[in-house]
Amino acid sequence: MKPTLPLEELMSPGHLACQGCGAGIAMRTTLKALGHDTIFTFPACCWTVIDGPFPYSCLEVPLLHMAFEATAATASGIKAAMNALGKDKTTICGWAGDGGTFDIGLQALSGAAERNDDIFYFCYDNEAYMNTGIQRSGATPYGAWTTTTPVKHFKKELKKSIDDIVAAHKVPYQATASVAYPEDLYKKLLKAKDIRGFKFIHIIAPCPPGWKARPEDTVKLARLAVQTGIFPVFEVDGGKYVQTMKTPNRKPVLDYLKLQGRFKHLQESDVADIQKMVDTRYAELEKRFQGC
Amino acid sequence: MKKVMMGNHAISHGATLARVQVIAAYPITPQTQVVELLSEIVADGKLKAEFIKVESEHSAMAACIGASSAGARAFTATSAQGLALMHELLHWAAGARLPIVMADINRAMAPPWTIWTDQNDSLSQRDTGWMQFYCQSNQEVLDSVIMAYKVAEKVLMPVMIVLDAFSLSHTYEIVDLPDQALVDKYLPPFDYKYKLNVSDPHTYGGLTTPDWYMEFRVKMQEAMEQALGVIKKEAVEFEKAFGRRYDPVEPYMVEDADIVLVTSGTAASTARFAVDQMRQKGKKVGNLRMRLLRPFPFADVREHLKNAKKVIVVDRNISYGYHGIWAQEVKSALYGHSKVPVFNFIAGLGGRDIFPETFVNIVNQVKKMKRPDQELYWVEVKR
Repeated sequence: MKPTLPLEELMSPGHLACQGCGAGIAMRTTLKALGHDTIFTFPACCWTVIDGPFPYSCLEVPLLHMAFEATAATASGIKAAMNALGKDKTTICGWAGDGGTFDIGLQALSGAAERNDDIFYFCYDNEAYMNTGIQRSGATPYGAWTTTTPVKHFKKELKKSIDDIVAAHKVPYQATASVAYPEDLYKKLLKAKDIRGFKFIHIIAPCPPGWKARPEDTVKLARLAVQTGIFPVFEVDGGKYVQTMKTPNRKPVLDYLKLQGRFKHLQESDVADIQKMVDTRYAELEKRFQGC
Repeated sequence: MKKVMMGNHAISHGATLARVQVIAAYPITPQTQVVELLSEIVADGKLKAEFIKVESEHSAMAACIGASSAGARAFTATSAQGLALMHELLHWAAGARLPIVMADINRAMAPPWTIWTDQNDSLSQRDTGWMQFYCQSNQEVLDSVIMAYKVAEKVLMPVMIVLDAFSLSHTYEIVDLPDQALVDKYLPPFDYKYKLNVSDPHTYGGLTTPDWYMEFRVKMQEAMEQALGVIKKEAVEFEKAFGRRYDPVEPYMVEDADIVLVTSGTAASTARFAVDQMRQKGKKVGNLRMRLLRPFPFADVREHLKNAKKVIVVDRNISYGYHGIWAQEVKSALYGHSKVPVFNFIAGLGGRDIFPETFVNIVNQVKKMKRPDQELYWVEVKR
């Protein structure tokens, strides 16, 4: 069988990710596409821990840990330095969780996107502050339990549409991806690597402890997120929306919700509400796919 | 080449002569001319640098941290609220041991809104691990930017150049612009040993357990202790190269002075003028100008205050519930070494002018007292 991804690993075993961590798969796939000539900066996020405690690191590329809200600006600074030092071929990446992207890091993200700085901004989205113990973030979906949205008062607000926010900046390239489809992510990154300017990659990365799901269900959940239309996988290339993982027969959201303890408390009517929300959002996106 | 320029432009020229490679800045009054001139110099191609026009001061410092980590000479400038917004990353820059240089134009903190000078913005950053050089002339500002990179790159700690809003930032003075060739000789290109390098990848700033965290802090303190020696050596080297000298403290007629006024920033030159006036009337008064806040020049302070019968620290800042911040520093340096009484006067907050008469009045008031009967004395306040 011919492998669909390069065999070389730039992420070593011995990292500190939890069993079934989606963020680990996201990084592993990303590094296969970007290769050695890449520099990362992380804010506070799960990956602060996953990389390994000092003096260990599981990455075979340089990494600068940084403050929570500073990812995009730090990447911009690294990129500017590499330009000034004549090393403008190196790929510079900010790599943040959803809290660091949707919430505290949004201003810096918007600044770098508006300036169209030539960097990658990755958001691995596990839909809550998982590293601090599962608190709700702007990325937590409607209906979810977290430690700050307890069952009696589950999250009543919609997940913030970060992709629309970034799209409003008219960046040259942005894409969503799921850790269940590494080839899709890989292909997108190879393409985006050659695009000058701001690139935003939003990856759904299931979190078994935070989603109260079984570690062996991570890939299944990441696939169902796409197949139910909860997390549509697409790219916006120069303003053109393309659905890269087609979902002609969308599965009911219940298939996805029922595998996760964080949705266990939901009544049938809640699930119906969520189905409606997903349908509305999906229809909205479909228009953009068809419009292009 | 001598030119007449405002303090803010002296900063821009200093950064240009230091051949900074990445500038990231956000506008705030009274800092704006620093970055306006720099953006023009960069856009004109007179300085080969990248200028990132960031969306906040927090991002300005983040970009400087990124740039410096990648091995570039990074620069920014700010004031007051901007500096306070950077606070988290000031700790980060120092903890990451990055030789970033920044200018802070001292502006008082809001509320109430103000744009005029006092030192509470920079002094509030005392414990972040930044060296702080307080300047009193535009020439010193320009020279300090160049010297700051030399010192920072030797000890791998960042430097803040501090100057008063308006009374320096917007005041025009004659400034000698040194030849680029001379500056290049004094300040060669910097090759950062620990830069982000794809051929030799390392992780910086990762999660560190109690087993190792403290050792990082020991190294920072050692670097700051080393910095004091480097600053003294560079004062000599800089004088050799450019004919101007900047020591950690600047004594003026302190040897035989009964009363020494301790000041910093532009208030120091006003104090000297007052000292001259008082000397003409036979009063034995001197002035000690503090240039360094960190690393703190303990030995110099003790040495220059050893003959004084009374020390007056005039602070353009205050630590609420305590007293002036320079007074704390000076008292701490003298404790156990001298019994000289230290009087603390708070003056000129929020840009209120400090006149020569202000110092004359302070000295007259202190002359009547054996030792302070209050922790601090307010100068010229409406009650």
